[in-house]
Amino acid sequence: MSVRTPLGRVEGLGAAHRGTEHFISQRVTAVALVPLAIWFLVSALSLIGADRSDAVAFLAEPVNAVLMALFIIAGLMHMALGLQVVIEDYVISEGGKVALLVLNKFFAWVVGAASIFALLKIALSRSLS
Amino acid sequence: MAEQAKATRARPLSPHLQIYRWPVTMATSITHRATGIALAVGTLVVAWWLIAAATGADAYDTFSMYARSPLGLLILFGFVWSLSFHLLNGIRHLAWDSGFGFQVKTAERTGVLVCALSLIAAVGIFAYAFATRGVLA
Repeated sequence: MSVRTPLGRVEGLGAAHRGTEHFISQRVTAVALVPLAIWFLVSALSLIGADRSDAVAFLAEPVNAVLMALFIIAGLMHMALGLQVVIEDYVISEGGKVALLVLNKFFAWVVGAASIFALLKIALSRSLS
Repeated sequence: MAEQAKATRARPLSPHLQIYRWPVTMATSITHRATGIALAVGTLVVAWWLIAAATGADAYDTFSMYARSPLGLLILFGFVWSLSFHLLNGIRHLAWDSGFGFQVKTAERTGVLVCALSLIAAVGIFAYAFATRGVLA
């Protein structure tokens, strides 16, 4: 006869083992991404088909560089949280799940580091020269 | 990991996806996940674009060549539409999280609205790119 509450007995037994902070982070990044994604759709994507000089001039603009950095960071955080749920939902084997969850985090960090580095190179080399 | 007792005979399974009718709410739900996964791939396109712009004229020409190819344009359009859909449907989800729009009629209407607006936004952005820059030229 256990004295644990029904909630205490089932806590941590789902595929994810935890969740509240994940749920909140997913929504906080979503709220941040609403204005950032609108900005990206309207301004950055109007550069489709543009020359390199137009693209570089756009990204070197301080306001655009900061907004782009925020879009990349919030977007990749939101992406990592979302893909984590997809992996937890569909990958049955524990080992495969853990491996993909780790790869998911690595993917976000590598894409983020490369994108931010490229962005800083453009923005800083323009403003310092 | 606690091992469950092995089932001694085949257990009944619930019917799979193809058995159900596809209401708008169900279609937009799975499309939200699908566009989310597509956008994860899209982060590589954005990263490539930024790296090419930072590297130099040759790297940017290579990126442009692929981006302007028929397959490249198709991928770009898919990316733009996925972002439009995920953004608009995401706002719908945030409204639900705040307790609004749960009526079946409302949820169906906003679902149709999201599909229509996301297509209009994506086509609009591409029409602008074609009109101002002659992307295929």
